[in-house]
Amino acid sequence: MVNSRVNRIRLAALIAVVALSAAPVYAQIDLTGTWQRVGQNDNGASREPVDLLGMPFSPDGRAKALSYDIAALSATERQCQMYPPIYAIVGPFPLQFTMVPDPVTQKLLAWKIAGWGDRDETVIWMDGRPHPSKNAPHSHGGFTTGAWEGDTLTAVTTHAKLGDIKRHRGFSSDRATLTYRFNRHGDTLTVTGILEDPVYMAEPYALTEVYRLTTNPNNFPLTACEPIEELPSLHEDPTLVPHYLPGKHPAMNEVTEHYNIPLEAVVGGPETMYPEYRKTLKDKYVMPPPCKEGCGRPPAPGQGRGQGQGLNQQGEPPAGGRGAAPPAGRGAAPPQ
Amino acid sequence: MSRGLVVVVASMVLAFGLVRLDAQRGNPQPPRAPRAAAPIDLTGYWVSIVTQDWRWRMVTPRKGDYQGIPLTLAAAKVADAWDPAKDEAAGQQCKSYGAPALMSVPGRIHITWQDDNTLKVDADAGTQTRVLRFGAAQAAANTPRTWQGISEAQWLPARPNVPLQLRPAERTADTPPIRPTGGSLQVVTKNLRAGYLRKNGVPYSENAVMTEFWDLYKRPNGEEWLTITTQVEDPLYLRTARLVAPVFKKEADGSKWDPTPCSSTW
Repeated sequence: MVNSRVNRIRLAALIAVVALSAAPVYAQIDLTGTWQRVGQNDNGASREPVDLLGMPFSPDGRAKALSYDIAALSATERQCQMYPPIYAIVGPFPLQFTMVPDPVTQKLLAWKIAGWGDRDETVIWMDGRPHPSKNAPHSHGGFTTGAWEGDTLTAVTTHAKLGDIKRHRGFSSDRATLTYRFNRHGDTLTVTGILEDPVYMAEPYALTEVYRLTTNPNNFPLTACEPIEELPSLHEDPTLVPHYLPGKHPAMNEVTEHYNIPLEAVVGGPETMYPEYRKTLKDKYVMPPPCKEGCGRPPAPGQGRGQGQGLNQQGEPPAGGRGAAPPAGRGAAPPQ
Repeated sequence: MSRGLVVVVASMVLAFGLVRLDAQRGNPQPPRAPRAAAPIDLTGYWVSIVTQDWRWRMVTPRKGDYQGIPLTLAAAKVADAWDPAKDEAAGQQCKSYGAPALMSVPGRIHITWQDDNTLKVDADAGTQTRVLRFGAAQAAANTPRTWQGISEAQWLPARPNVPLQLRPAERTADTPPIRPTGGSLQVVTKNLRAGYLRKNGVPYSENAVMTEFWDLYKRPNGEEWLTITTQVEDPLYLRTARLVAPVFKKEADGSKWDPTPCSSTW
């Protein structure tokens, strides 16, 4: 009798175990973990302060970009401002994904991409909540909702503050919307970002970045920011606002001087990102002399890095942001 | 209770689960031709959006500029000897239009079904054609190597659109069935003729293997975007895999289609 009961219990347990193993696979795509940026494109890299190549700025966006003096970041009130959400794609650090479960039901409530030194965290709400009113406060990280479309996570961010994008080369406004597509294929994650901004962009600005799942992340954690005296001149005269007047940016011609690319392309615009724009370049572009410095050459035997200081393993300069080597212009004296 | 009963019950439950799992993953019974089974529609005209690596893609970059490419010393040696005039004279002006580079070359592509098992990708830049065959696409030993190589395609249907949960959802009998939507195209390309990853002579060898994932994004406003995650592996000329993801936007028609021949210098 006892044996029979034990056997029935065992049978029930066995059926339960097998049935559970045969249940639908609820894990759709798991993004949990740290994804190291591959960084083989120039999303965050540019040596010249004026490099708007392929960026679909409107005239207002171009004017804003060309008035920007990176010394403005040394003003006390700006030192702790963060970059806008697109910095997740153009910035130098990994994406650290965690799941946020509902505390009661344990169902997925949100995905969280951890912040790093100068980028706020991104919480992707998955519970169907709406975006706030357009008059709601804006934050550095913005407000993000997400939904699965097949195996792709689509997330939309609004309510972010104005901020500079692509290593201080231009701005997105507080009315911008960023749509992310997260496509995981094995241990590779491709993020496609489409930035739309009625203030500074004439057309959507699409960027991609590829990441690899890593167990050896090199994170730069989000920590409290404390303003310090970066430029004495700004503290001596708090009324100074570093900027450049129209047509006065001192680095306006650097890309043209270095690469022979016409200035009309350097200042961007939607037409510069389409293939037919090459026709306007054909009679104006002459290939410059061979590259001699900072060319991304492979490391010589016994050396860990390629040519040029500060290049990453792909041989490109580090993306911008505080924590990276300051680009030309940062720390320069403000205009008199 | 006999062990036989346990085995029978377990087998039934397991088989039931596998069938459900198989159905979830979108494997139809019986199998349909790839064209009919396509989880996404890639056909049409697409224009490349050049917002990244502009100065290496929109113009022929200066000699010796290798930024972003994890090339080996052997590759640098080859690239240092790049001579576009010599390539042109040798009839090798298409070396930078091979499959590992073609989707990053500014231009338009036109995707059509050649037959029920074959997608054709025409590129106006360099007037090249890629042929993506579903199913085994093994090259015979003496098959000539080509710029576009031999591409084996495979649909990767999406799994069911079930929210990720830390414990299973409560599903009642009248819950609608789960319908997977979306999916990707995976393409593996081999049998390549050696060419250039970048116009200024950064090489890939004939043993390079390219793996791509084509992901479509239909936006609520009607726009369609295509991201092609591209991984090139070449132990001779690359220290690590080359990984980029060029982006395309769909166009209404072929009115801007502009075939141009290959060029070594422009």
